[in-house]
Amino acid sequence: MTESFTIAPVIDVAQVRKDAEPDRREVVFDIQGLTVNYGRLTAISGVDLQIYRNVITAIIGPSGCGKSTFIRCLNRMNDLVPGTRIDGQILYQGADLYASGVDPVDVRRRIGMVFQKANPFPKSIYDNVGWGPRVLGMRSDLDERVEKALRSAALWDEVKDRLKKNALSLSGGQQQRLCIARAIAVEPEVLLLDEPASALDPIATSAIEDLMHELKRDYTLVIVTHNMQQAARVADLTAFFSLEADENRRSGVLVEYDATSKIFTNPSDQRTEDYVTGRFG
Amino acid sequence: MSRYRRRRLVNRAMEVVASLAALVAVAVLAIVVISVARRGAGAVSWDFFTKPQALFGQPGGGIANALVGTALLVLLATAMALPVGVLTAIYLTEFAPRRLAVPIQVVIDVLAGLPTIVIGIFVYALLVIGHTQSGYAGAFALAVIMLPLIARATQEVLLLVPSTLREASLALGVRRWRTVLGVILPSSVGGILTGTVLAVARASGETAPLLFTSSIFGNSVQTDVTKPLANIPVLIFNYSEQPDPALHKQAWAAALVLMAFVLVASLAAKGLLARSRRKLAR
Amino acid sequence: MSAAPTTSPFQARRRWLGGRLGDLTLHGITLAAALASLLLVGAIVWKILELSGDSFHRFGFGFITARAWDPVKLVFGALPFVYGTAVSSLVALLIATPLAIAIGLYLSELAPRGVRGVVGSLVELLAAIPSVVLGLWGILVLGPFLAHHVEPFLHSTLGFIPLFGDPQQTGQGLFTAAVILTIMIVPIVASISRELFLGVPTELEEGALALGATRWEMVRGVILPATRSGIAAALILGLGRAVGEAIAVTQVIGGGTRIGWSLFPPADTLASKIASSYQGAPSGLEASSLLYLAAILLVLGLIANLVAQVIVRRFDPLRGAR
Repeated sequence: MTESFTIAPVIDVAQVRKDAEPDRREVVFDIQGLTVNYGRLTAISGVDLQIYRNVITAIIGPSGCGKSTFIRCLNRMNDLVPGTRIDGQILYQGADLYASGVDPVDVRRRIGMVFQKANPFPKSIYDNVGWGPRVLGMRSDLDERVEKALRSAALWDEVKDRLKKNALSLSGGQQQRLCIARAIAVEPEVLLLDEPASALDPIATSAIEDLMHELKRDYTLVIVTHNMQQAARVADLTAFFSLEADENRRSGVLVEYDATSKIFTNPSDQRTEDYVTGRFG
Repeated sequence: MSRYRRRRLVNRAMEVVASLAALVAVAVLAIVVISVARRGAGAVSWDFFTKPQALFGQPGGGIANALVGTALLVLLATAMALPVGVLTAIYLTEFAPRRLAVPIQVVIDVLAGLPTIVIGIFVYALLVIGHTQSGYAGAFALAVIMLPLIARATQEVLLLVPSTLREASLALGVRRWRTVLGVILPSSVGGILTGTVLAVARASGETAPLLFTSSIFGNSVQTDVTKPLANIPVLIFNYSEQPDPALHKQAWAAALVLMAFVLVASLAAKGLLARSRRKLAR
Repeated sequence: MSAAPTTSPFQARRRWLGGRLGDLTLHGITLAAALASLLLVGAIVWKILELSGDSFHRFGFGFITARAWDPVKLVFGALPFVYGTAVSSLVALLIATPLAIAIGLYLSELAPRGVRGVVGSLVELLAAIPSVVLGLWGILVLGPFLAHHVEPFLHSTLGFIPLFGDPQQTGQGLFTAAVILTIMIVPIVASISRELFLGVPTELEEGALALGATRWEMVRGVILPATRSGIAAALILGLGRAVGEAIAVTQVIGGGTRIGWSLFPPADTLASKIASSYQGAPSGLEASSLLYLAAILLVLGLIANLVAQVIVRRFDPLRGAR
């Protein structure tokens, strides 16, 4: 352990050994040479990364280093931004995510997303969770589906008596858990979470983090966070992105990717160490 | 067909429907404009602009008296509506307490939505009954239509002035009325101008308000405002109701002139509005 | 021990002239201008009710359901014109609603960047065409076209529906009027719809798409429900416009007092009846009855306008209302 680290994660030694062997796990995303340009700006360049099944992978780094851009490539949400150009390859379970025959609509059903600011629909709680399955054709046992999703999101007990009330009447933390329930209801395989707790108070944040530990049993989770302590609490693997500037432009690059404990206690790259010890960022 | 494929098909079908709808709208515009242009272009000539209407049964003639009349009517209407509209907007944005602001706002919106024929009949009842038709009456009717348009446009642009500008002036010790007249109004002139141009474009094409107030006019160019003034919309209306093809041709030509004016003015005003919005938003 | 008050560094309140007087004057003038609008609307209502008084005393509310309009026998009734207004406006609204909403969706969701602005401006230009020009086109181009091509087709295929009776020769009738009114309503509703759709927060749209919904499913499930009150208000505004349109309708509707099922024969609306009477210089009871028609039109216009305003202020689902 380095003496100069300033955070003290709780370390489960056995878990550390297990997590430090990523090649035992199944690869869900195989990302190679990913470069994203918005018009003339390069958001990220040359990212190589693998995401593993049933593991929580955190993406950390200073603001502007392309974390959100990266995660939005994984469910093709960047397609919605005009002028985006994506080079490189992303294989999802061995298949090219951006192949010409692939329909983004289907991609997004299987790779779900929870956003930074909770965005429930202006509908009832029940309809928020039930709309997705209904539209996508999973109409049978809608009531059970909704209940199951709300239970998985640890929200059922709080809302079971007021399912018909407007979702906007819930607190911020509850709305975010509702959004998680909504994402789960369509039975994705992966959950992408873009700074899910950044707008929440510590108690709500803690609830979301506990939830993530539960969810990892059934889903693969990728979470973007600017909060290092959160990454240390929650993630098995951590990827550190940073900004690299050459003569004429700045872009985000992947600096280091390893078991969370290693990133925070004994990083290999000096830039990583500078970031996690608070020297910049 | 699988559910998934059906959903994709429905999505595609809806995209086609929406595109078709937009196409229909643009097509209708094109058809009308081209119709008017084709049928009217033939009769447009120098004579057309400079000669007044021909005497009954005579060929030739033009719309000079109607052009002059419309210009006068709209000018007069603007002179009536502009000050009242701007002052009303100033009251709403600078002085009005909440209790009064809402009803006045409601009333202005109501005024904007009234059927123009009702406005024409009202002015007829007010100013024509017992006297005769006159340019004044016609202009007043047009002014009633222009008033809410100018008031709304002015309001919009006044609200764009950042409150920091007001506070800065007042903090200097400058009086309220000086602030309004010397700081706020000048920076809103662009928006007021474009709102007025839009109102002018609208008023130039209005027929119903003039039907009962300034529609019985002679064949000569005259500028006496106490008598009814010839004007283009009523001229087109009259000619369109006659079975005479020669008159129809003149109607098309007049319609071409009117439409060209209205469309160009509308486009120009919208462009100016967008530009002044951008300047203030910086 | 307090010292005697020294001269205040602030100017004494002597700047009455050019100061407070200026403020009060401006306040007064602008207030007067604002009240002028109130006065105007009041005067309009008053004058119209006053001058329709004769006819109202003679016929009462039964005027609205009476069918005859006879200047010779001095018997007047509004029913044929109420019928004409209702049918032409409602048919126009029926056709215009899906068209306008589709255009609004195209302009806000579908169109590529450059096309968006151009087509949007073109749609707005459609609204700027003066109604007398549209009416001229209606008489001389649209009417004959409908009479020779569309009406016979409708009659032969759908003639079993009494709406589509025998086609007319001239194309002057309720049907042509409804088409013209559609052309007038569509740009208004489309522009408002476009603004409403653009106003739906992006995060709501992204939330739906991220679940794997198609664009259309997102529109149907999120955008349309969120804007429903605004669209309702826009439609009512469009309806108000259609009800009040006098000139273009007069030009293409042919005139008459017929009440029947078919859409094709000539008829009149409240507005067109008033407009078409201007040549006759009517007086006495006939004039008063025309003003009675204007009163009905005024009431309809006011109701439409006020209902639209209320809807917008009370029922916006994006603000968490039911």
